[in-house]
Amino acid sequence: MATQASFIGQKNKKDQVYTDPWKMMFEAERTPSFFTGSEVIKEAVRRASCDMMVAYPITPQSEAAALCGELFAEGYIGDYFRGESEFAVMSQCAGAAFGGARVFTTTAGPGTMRAMENFPMWAGARLPIQMIVTCRGINSPLSIQPDTLEIAYLMNTGMLVWHAETAQDFYDWILMGYMVSEEPDVHLPLALCCDGFFVTHTKDMVDLTPTEMCLPPYDPYRSPVPCMDMECPPVRMMRDPFVMKSNYISYATHASWQQEVWAAVERSRKHTIRWMNGLIETENTDADVIVVASGTAVSQSREAIALLEDEGVKVGLVKVKTLRPWPGEEIREATKNAKHIIIPEFNVTGWMAREVSATIPNNERVHAGPHVCGGMTMPPEIIAAEIKTLLGMKVPAMAGRG
Amino acid sequence: MTTTYKVMPGPEHFLPPSASSMGIRLPDPGQAHIHGAIVSEEEAMEQAAREFLAAKVPTVFPGPLVLWAWNEKAAKKAKAVRHLYETIKECVDPKLQQAMLIPMPDYRPKYPKINPEIEINPNHPNLTIWHNKIDACMFVGVHCHQANLSLKIIRGGTSCYTVAMCAQAGHEDAMLSFRDATAEKIGRLADWVKKLKGTVPPPE
Repeated sequence: MATQASFIGQKNKKDQVYTDPWKMMFEAERTPSFFTGSEVIKEAVRRASCDMMVAYPITPQSEAAALCGELFAEGYIGDYFRGESEFAVMSQCAGAAFGGARVFTTTAGPGTMRAMENFPMWAGARLPIQMIVTCRGINSPLSIQPDTLEIAYLMNTGMLVWHAETAQDFYDWILMGYMVSEEPDVHLPLALCCDGFFVTHTKDMVDLTPTEMCLPPYDPYRSPVPCMDMECPPVRMMRDPFVMKSNYISYATHASWQQEVWAAVERSRKHTIRWMNGLIETENTDADVIVVASGTAVSQSREAIALLEDEGVKVGLVKVKTLRPWPGEEIREATKNAKHIIIPEFNVTGWMAREVSATIPNNERVHAGPHVCGGMTMPPEIIAAEIKTLLGMKVPAMAGRG
Repeated sequence: MTTTYKVMPGPEHFLPPSASSMGIRLPDPGQAHIHGAIVSEEEAMEQAAREFLAAKVPTVFPGPLVLWAWNEKAAKKAKAVRHLYETIKECVDPKLQQAMLIPMPDYRPKYPKINPEIEINPNHPNLTIWHNKIDACMFVGVHCHQANLSLKIIRGGTSCYTVAMCAQAGHEDAMLSFRDATAEKIGRLADWVKKLKGTVPPPE
């Protein structure tokens, strides 16, 4: 048995050096590169020492999945194959993770929904699988366009759920994600989400760590549950589930098990704060109006805030990086002086507004909107107009846009 | 997150919350916690030793990670655990106290029930605690997830004082927890028990 530390300084079969992750992420020289979000996923996975990736085509993650296939052909991923469906993919990912592999996969929209049964199972089995979710519409009529509704479902699975704003977030968080989710006191799957197309199919400048550096391999011996063993839970749970027994202690054990999963989500705070410099980022939190957003809604809000600044209206910003763990205390603190809290979202239900409303005192301050969905863009002018309307300022009609 | 919650002996609740959800945070390397408050490792050593010496049935629960010699470190830890148990046994009053060493050999749910004389199981650890009237115990070599299940169920339904000697990051669901356990650290705890022998009032 070799620990992760013992690999540092050694080379893998591609001549990459297993590097102390902190040095790799924060001290190594970065190279600015002009890439699409999908290409950035590939570059992060190239450096992530993944043992296994299972892929299935669904827009808009197909390109990233195909690019990771190239990585396999080049020898950077231990094994790679296509599943029969999204459900099969996620089940196969579980099998590999049960066996002690570092696993990576990608999905989107209806694929996420089809595979949903697996996600609480991953979390309950404490499998630190990383899944990229390039969010898109999930409802009928069919839409392949950006829409973040699927995140609402992921937030109650027991997985860690992070929401990237940019390709740079994506690059850094894929690598940091393994470091957080593989901590023995966390050891949970991570759904690393982004807004499909907006991030995956647009090019952006991204600072990459050196190609010749990679993360140390996953050490399954630090897992809080034994590696796959047909006689031990969690595998035996599925063959002979004690929850099927009708007695108090069976129920109590299952309840305790669920609580332990969510306790692990809580424990991830400490590690996530260290790696990501906090669960939120803030600007101008002394303003009367504060926008709270995640993902692409943050980028659009930045533009709206700049527009309003030109008109003499000061607006603050809270960028929510992690949805699970939920940064409730941080949001309470950042919005304590705000009179109006604006929450723009790329989905019809407004899950972010609900989360914030449940978190802060005096939640009549929360204004849920603007909302767009089904692939609509959210022009900064729409956010600016919403804020101006709230402040009683005159706003030009926006309905004729497009 | 600031919290007023303390991880105390139960019985706490029909379904007690996980300590983590109540804002209790795990110690950093070199630290330990007592009732959820971060303390130095030495302070925790002394407190754990006092709990063993004051208990009617101080018990060590070794799990699979130290019961099987799957690597050299595990074998060394197993010897250290045995030494700790022998030390506790030597240092308590045999007329009033009974030290026990009860393994958690695996995690399979067992039906209709386990034999609480010879083992403890993470899915119903309270049976072993109740049957043997255990009032202070230490988990060592139990996989973290399973240890947390046990510790919480014990806190929920019994008044047993729980200590965790964890090889990883520690356990908030124990009343007292060490982290990064080694054979040397287990040996130091045995030294504390020996050092405090005769200074702790025996149980009534």
